[in-house]
Amino acid sequence: MLTQRAKQVDRRPMTGLESIYLWNILKGMMITLSHLFKKKATIQYPEQKRTFSKVFRGLQVLNRDAEGRENCTACGLCAVACPAEAITMEAAERLSGEEHLYREEKYAVKYEINMLRCIFCGFCEDACPKDAIYLSQTFAPANYGRKGFIYKKEDLLIPHPIEQPEAYKKALGEKVVKADG
Amino acid sequence: MYRQTEIIKDASQPGIEGDMVINVGPQHPATHGVLHLVITLNGETIKKVEPHLGYIHRSIEKMCESLSYRQFIYVTSRMDYLSAHINNHACALCVEKGLQVEIPPRAQVIRILMDELTRIASHELWWGAMAMDLGAFTPFFHAFRERETINDIMEDTCGARLTMNYIVPGGVMADLHPDFQKKTKEFIQLYKRKIHEYDELVTGNIIFQNRMKGIGYLSPEDAVSYGCTGPTARGSGVSSDIRKLYPYEIYDKLEFDEVLESAGDSFARYMIRIGEMQQSIRIIEQLIDNIPEGDFQAKTKAVLKLPKGEYYSRVETARGELGVYIVSENGTTPYRIKFRSPGFSNLSVLDHIARGSKLGDLVAMMGTLDLVIPDIDR
Repeated sequence: MLTQRAKQVDRRPMTGLESIYLWNILKGMMITLSHLFKKKATIQYPEQKRTFSKVFRGLQVLNRDAEGRENCTACGLCAVACPAEAITMEAAERLSGEEHLYREEKYAVKYEINMLRCIFCGFCEDACPKDAIYLSQTFAPANYGRKGFIYKKEDLLIPHPIEQPEAYKKALGEKVVKADG
Repeated sequence: MYRQTEIIKDASQPGIEGDMVINVGPQHPATHGVLHLVITLNGETIKKVEPHLGYIHRSIEKMCESLSYRQFIYVTSRMDYLSAHINNHACALCVEKGLQVEIPPRAQVIRILMDELTRIASHELWWGAMAMDLGAFTPFFHAFRERETINDIMEDTCGARLTMNYIVPGGVMADLHPDFQKKTKEFIQLYKRKIHEYDELVTGNIIFQNRMKGIGYLSPEDAVSYGCTGPTARGSGVSSDIRKLYPYEIYDKLEFDEVLESAGDSFARYMIRIGEMQQSIRIIEQLIDNIPEGDFQAKTKAVLKLPKGEYYSRVETARGELGVYIVSENGTTPYRIKFRSPGFSNLSVLDHIARGSKLGDLVAMMGTLDLVIPDIDR
């Protein structure tokens, strides 16, 4: 569709003064130099770190309840919801005497997330009925091999709230723990 | 395949020693992303430009056929990653068309606000990258300073900085962050304070103008016949803004101009994008104080099933028209998905506009086409 609303670009030839380019270079340099005295837009990364927002979708964490029992029941809803098919798990039944380890009768023996596949969409968190998985405010650190990016259950589990209260609090961050899951 | 440099003896044209064929890319700093161009040169004059695609083909269309209607939206963020939000929007619109859901007014306004912020962020990056193509490194930092502010706003509300994954069929994933309005207003103030620097550094610079004006002329007729959309077509005076022609959400109730230039050269395309950023600011200013109260998401079923049929939706991304075409066989996954990406059509015009110009100008032309390679290759 051709219209008549278009504007015309100014295309006069250069004047003699303009063709020297000197004034334009100086003008550009003035702006650049004036920023020497303005507030810096950068931060000094390793020393200074910016905080992520509360809803930032970073590395997954497998949650425990207040007594330190694992929430996950290996129902597989997160694996189904995952668009990238990054989650694999194996379920097992809780034996008697393991009540202090797992909250419900079923638990995940194996729980793996492939961080190279994960797109950090947050669907696993949405899908989880037991509040067992959530996305934290950190991201997966660099690694030397592909195998290092397949996070096992040990890597994903949050520290024990009673045995390691300091580390647990740090890992929990801004997350609010629901009473009944 | 081609060797890095090879001389083709052309016997049919006596007097010419031979043409040089050079490969630019796929791993080349001058092409954004992994575009592979095979350029036939005569001296320094371009005789032919052949884009070779497929280097980052991830078969997103095929992948979407095995994903549910909620899941496939998030894969499309990886097509045109600079306007990821608008890609998601197009897909959500298409699914909603099939589901016949009414979107709450609050969700519509949030979507448009995010769309326009994304458009500004995308154009900012284009502005910096294009100036860098021409050899000016400083504008890149200026552009990223403002873009960072938008990324922060996105992170607060959507939870991610680039691939937002914020739109779901029926609305948006979460409500706005309490600070959203304040931060967006701060951004508008910052942008208005800084925009003069853009003009002084680049637009008004005579060196820059000399490299842009009259370079890569695209006539309106060619723009239409090559299927160009977005700023590329509007630079030639072809009205192609989907927001105006086929309004979606509440764009028909908003006041904004479709920026048009008639010159059809690189500088016209440049001016279009600069103008579009200001129009986006205008849209945001209209909406930021008038976000209606209510739900941010319509009630939809947990498992979405589209009735049997074909659905098409189109939106205006930062690069042009993005069309999403879904064929449904009444299942939980689409039978076939086709994306009509703006970058593909805009790239096809490159050979046409580059012939006869100098090699050094090719980068300027590519810059003004604003190519995002994952969008072209999918």
